[in-house]
Amino acid sequence: MSQEGVLTGTRVVVREGPQQRSARKRALRMLRRGRLGLAGVVIFLVVVFAAIAAPLIAPADPNEQDLRARLTCPIGTSCARFGANPPQTITGSSKHLLGTDNLGRDIYSRILYGAKISLIVGVTAVALGGGIGTALGLLSGYFGGALDVVISRIADVQLAFPFLLLAILISIVSGPGLKNVIIILSIGAWVPFARVVRGSTLAAKEHEYVIAARTIGARPPAILFRHILPNVITPVIVIATFAIAGTIIAEAGLSFLGLGVGTDVPTWGNMLADGRAYVGTAWWLATFPGVAIMLTVLSINLIGDWLRDILDPRLRNTG
Amino acid sequence: MIQYIIRRLIQAVFVVLGVITVVFFVLRLTGDPIQLLLGATSSEADIQNLRHNLKLDRPLWEQYVTFVGNAAHGDFGKSIRFRGFDAMGLVLDRYPRTIQLAVCALLLSVTLSIIFGVIAAVKRYSVFDNAVTFFALFGQSVPNFWLGIMLILIFAVRFGVLPSQGYGHSPRFFILPTITLASPGLALLTRLVRSGMLDVMDQDYVRTARAKGLRDRIVIFRHGLKNAAIPLVTVIGLNFGNLLAGAVITEQIFQWTGVGQLAVDSIGAHDYPVVQAAVFLIAVTFVLINLLVDILYTWLDPRVRLS
Repeated sequence: MSQEGVLTGTRVVVREGPQQRSARKRALRMLRRGRLGLAGVVIFLVVVFAAIAAPLIAPADPNEQDLRARLTCPIGTSCARFGANPPQTITGSSKHLLGTDNLGRDIYSRILYGAKISLIVGVTAVALGGGIGTALGLLSGYFGGALDVVISRIADVQLAFPFLLLAILISIVSGPGLKNVIIILSIGAWVPFARVVRGSTLAAKEHEYVIAARTIGARPPAILFRHILPNVITPVIVIATFAIAGTIIAEAGLSFLGLGVGTDVPTWGNMLADGRAYVGTAWWLATFPGVAIMLTVLSINLIGDWLRDILDPRLRNTG
Repeated sequence: MIQYIIRRLIQAVFVVLGVITVVFFVLRLTGDPIQLLLGATSSEADIQNLRHNLKLDRPLWEQYVTFVGNAAHGDFGKSIRFRGFDAMGLVLDRYPRTIQLAVCALLLSVTLSIIFGVIAAVKRYSVFDNAVTFFALFGQSVPNFWLGIMLILIFAVRFGVLPSQGYGHSPRFFILPTITLASPGLALLTRLVRSGMLDVMDQDYVRTARAKGLRDRIVIFRHGLKNAAIPLVTVIGLNFGNLLAGAVITEQIFQWTGVGQLAVDSIGAHDYPVVQAAVFLIAVTFVLINLLVDILYTWLDPRVRLS
């Protein structure tokens, strides 16, 4: 990258021209990001497979309780048998690969089933919130005026409010349930979409192709959705990817607080909450669901970084 | 400048008003606190009596107008759960604990992100840089409530060196909650510092500074970091809001008796006044910090004219 020489005691740095350097930097980055992105895709596909195939590949029913096998440790480790008097040491077996929880439910099976909830909530909430946010951003940027002021102020108010508190409030009103969680998290997701699309729309509506469309008599819906939308959609895809990752964490957070899709459903957040209670006696309860969340979110973030590099050169230096 | 601050303060009032309006109406949908307070066996007369005393028998709009009027004076009424206690007083009692935690987490994330980000950018593509990039990516993907549990597992359960929960004046109580709360921000800020420094270090004025023969340290910190810090300041401001929100879960994990824990417990108990006071205080804090951030901007970048 740079050559260093010594000239009368002063360090002189001879550098390549900025353009050469940035081209080389970009190529290196693309290669590294490409490989990481591919790793992200592979991990993500494994999670999707687990979510779809859970009923076929899970060794046990995720809700089946085996009270004699409570708090059995994972394969390859040993622990005290729960409630045994005198104390007795047992070792994990292949029957319960990742051990069992406080009700004797198989943790591996519950993690496989939990993948489905996380993905459904993440993808649906972002599709819903992202769709609404994009539409509001288009309208706000294109029409301006009072509509723009109202939408922007609502976005400001929402940003001035820690979303988690709002989510907790609404989930207490609406009660537990998959549909409610999706609606709550979609409310949390719309703002960045609206802001970015509004900005891009403001710029796009001054472009010749929009003026031309308007001149030949195209109506606003056609201009917005056929002409402007395809030109502002790229950042939306990138934001959506990161939003899915964030939403999966938020869903787990709500479940952790007992406000998710319901405490009887095997979700990663519920499993973490159970694990918090047994953190002193059974480390595996909280450990494995967390690893599942982390790998899933990591894979989506890697895909997001990669997409950003490919799709949106303007954002190239932001990460 | 003064004009700008005044205008921003007026805007802030409207934002806070919007927030407490939403909370007021959402809370009214959460259910009847009277039933919860008196239980199912209470007589109709008792119910009416208490409802009248708490002014919950008035029309909703009247409750709202009274509420906003009182809120303007900082009066959020008496707690329903802890009868006789002033709602804002209860929240203010807990407020320093949440702020202590949030400020510790902010300091930790900002300090470490600057150290890691600057070294990573200066030693681009070195082993250190790759490690920082990797951990930052990782850190953004780890849910911090899980990290908190893992920290308890390792440092409290396994090695027994730190307390697993509770609030105390000893720094030992602060270590795990601070790391837990700081981790998402740390990952994000490190990436921003690194990329900001990379951009800035390519600029002509940095090359000029080097050409003048200035020491590396001065070039990096005075010419590089000060300019890279501009976008960083905005993100830190927004991040403080996330810290306040994140404190809700972190306080829950560590049984940290702050505003977040009080708010969650009060929502469960339908203690409206306390929830409203807590949310009001959090929103005000957040709005003021963001105003402060914008003012800080002019110091960092005199080209920015506040308007």
